[in-house]
Amino acid sequence: MANKSVLGVFSDADTAANATDVLLEAGCAQEDFDVLTGCPYPEGAFGEKEPVHHIYVFPLVGALMGLCVALLLTAGTQLAYPMITGGKPILAFPAMTIIGYEGTLLGAVIFTILGIIFESRLLRPRLDPYDPRITDGYIGLLVTCPENKLDVMEQALRRGSAVDVIHEKGRKSQT
Amino acid sequence: MQERVRLDDAQINRDLLNSIFETPKWYWPLVGGLGLIVLTGFAAAGYMINHGVGVTGLNRPVMWGFFITNFVFWIGISHAGVMLSAILRLVQAEWRRPATRAAEVLTVFSLMTAMMMPLIHAGRPWRVMYWVFPYDFARGVYPNVRSALVWDPAAVFTYLTSSILFVFIALVPDIAVLRDRSTGWRHILYTVLALGWRGSVRQWKLQLIAGILLSAIILPIFVSVHSIVSWDFAAAMSVEGWHSTVFAPYFVIGAVHSGVSAVVTVMLILRWMFKWENYIRKEHIESLAKLLIVVATTWFFFFLLEFLFGLYSLEGPEVALRELQVFQMPWKGLFIAFLLTAYFIPVPMWMFRKVRRSIGLMLFTTILVNIGMWLERFIIFIPGLARKQSFTFTWGGYTPSPVEIVIIGATFAMVSMLVLLFSKVFPLIPLGDAKEGMILHDEIKIGKVTVPAVKREE
Repeated sequence: MANKSVLGVFSDADTAANATDVLLEAGCAQEDFDVLTGCPYPEGAFGEKEPVHHIYVFPLVGALMGLCVALLLTAGTQLAYPMITGGKPILAFPAMTIIGYEGTLLGAVIFTILGIIFESRLLRPRLDPYDPRITDGYIGLLVTCPENKLDVMEQALRRGSAVDVIHEKGRKSQT
Repeated sequence: MQERVRLDDAQINRDLLNSIFETPKWYWPLVGGLGLIVLTGFAAAGYMINHGVGVTGLNRPVMWGFFITNFVFWIGISHAGVMLSAILRLVQAEWRRPATRAAEVLTVFSLMTAMMMPLIHAGRPWRVMYWVFPYDFARGVYPNVRSALVWDPAAVFTYLTSSILFVFIALVPDIAVLRDRSTGWRHILYTVLALGWRGSVRQWKLQLIAGILLSAIILPIFVSVHSIVSWDFAAAMSVEGWHSTVFAPYFVIGAVHSGVSAVVTVMLILRWMFKWENYIRKEHIESLAKLLIVVATTWFFFFLLEFLFGLYSLEGPEVALRELQVFQMPWKGLFIAFLLTAYFIPVPMWMFRKVRRSIGLMLFTTILVNIGMWLERFIIFIPGLARKQSFTFTWGGYTPSPVEIVIIGATFAMVSMLVLLFSKVFPLIPLGDAKEGMILHDEIKIGKVTVPAVKREE
């Protein structure tokens, strides 16, 4: 059975944190709900599971690739036009180090950005279910579960004092 | 004592997005006026390209003048930004919150402006491509990577790319706020730029990691950029006063001095323009002023080192150059003005709490610093070139032409205009940071006094 999502909107952080207990009691696993907020809250404020990520690998790979490209460019261009200037060797290490340094850091930055986008699960075509009030200070509890459990979760969210419960299709029900 | 006012998220959104959704009466006339100055600058640059660099005051032996001085000045301003933002993020300074975005945006626009300067200076801007782009253009000639003039574009390009990406990734959560509040074409634009941001725990965690990780990577770039800019001069052996080993740290700390001052100037103007008194508070300005005292004094130490080591060599031409800078007009006047404006007026004033908390005086002193730092670069570059050759009949001077003055003036208008235009599209104070600050803010009662406090995770 396909998984569906339902979003409970709460007026404040304390109510949302208490509602997560109601969700757990209703049989929702910790990894099946996510908390949507308008600003960062301290880790574990809603009893959520700590996300696992591999972001630190990205800058390392980027740095390595940047260094390789920089060395290839500096060495390649100098060997392609081997003119001695100022008595320095064609492949002058100090000069190559400078370009190599910049290339390394540029690669690290670009890959970090790509890593952040990938690991944050951004670039998703669909936002639904979502509520713009989240960026106004409301807290969203997004529950993903099999379709047949959707009603149970909706009831749990309501028992947890959700201001609104929003379904994937955009159907909104008042508590 | 902090003057923090407790505000809810909706109020923060309303206040900080007012620059985007409301247009004050002065906004478009001001942008239009600045735009006119920028257009005049482009017209002057076009005239110079058409008629040749003969319309400038550049002539043998002084072939680097206002444009290169201005290039180094704007590179310096750009350093404030990311450096300030990066260090404050890394040390989790609570008062960083209103300063980071303005600092980062100033970095991007001043770097763009700085990059234009050598292009204009070249006289034939399109030829710069042959000198720096690693492609032979069917001539079989590649750029010389052993030249400091190739290191420079590599470093500035890296810094500009990194700064733009840094600003963008930090903007994503704020763009999502705009997406949720806008309609029409703006909604479409913000929806695309928000990249599907929802504010999940995972997204916020990675956003915080991004801030720290990118800060840690960009700091070494920041140090390298102004070091390499200084090597444009220090690697030239034949110019007195330039060939100095202390130039790299001296330039870097000078850049920080002028850059942090520029950030304070911009913050004060924004506070006044958009009525952001609850966000850019006097305690923030006071903290920045304290930082400036340390930075300015470190810079002054390097200035003394550079100057005294020049004299200590007892080499005739070097001593003669210092004599020219300090005792002969017009350099004498500029030298005194530079010392007064860059250090001896502002720093003693910042010692007083009343000055540090005075908006008018802080605006005045931070503008003074940047006048001084512009003069500093001018005094370093021109006298050395004027006495470049050993024979007196080859000595020269430099007087900027109206074309150069117009172009330089236009660069200041351009950065101001770009910051204003940015404020119309994106928030200049990070909304998420301001909201997080409110969550972590607390008041603790100790004995008979209630003390403002900030909660932080260990």
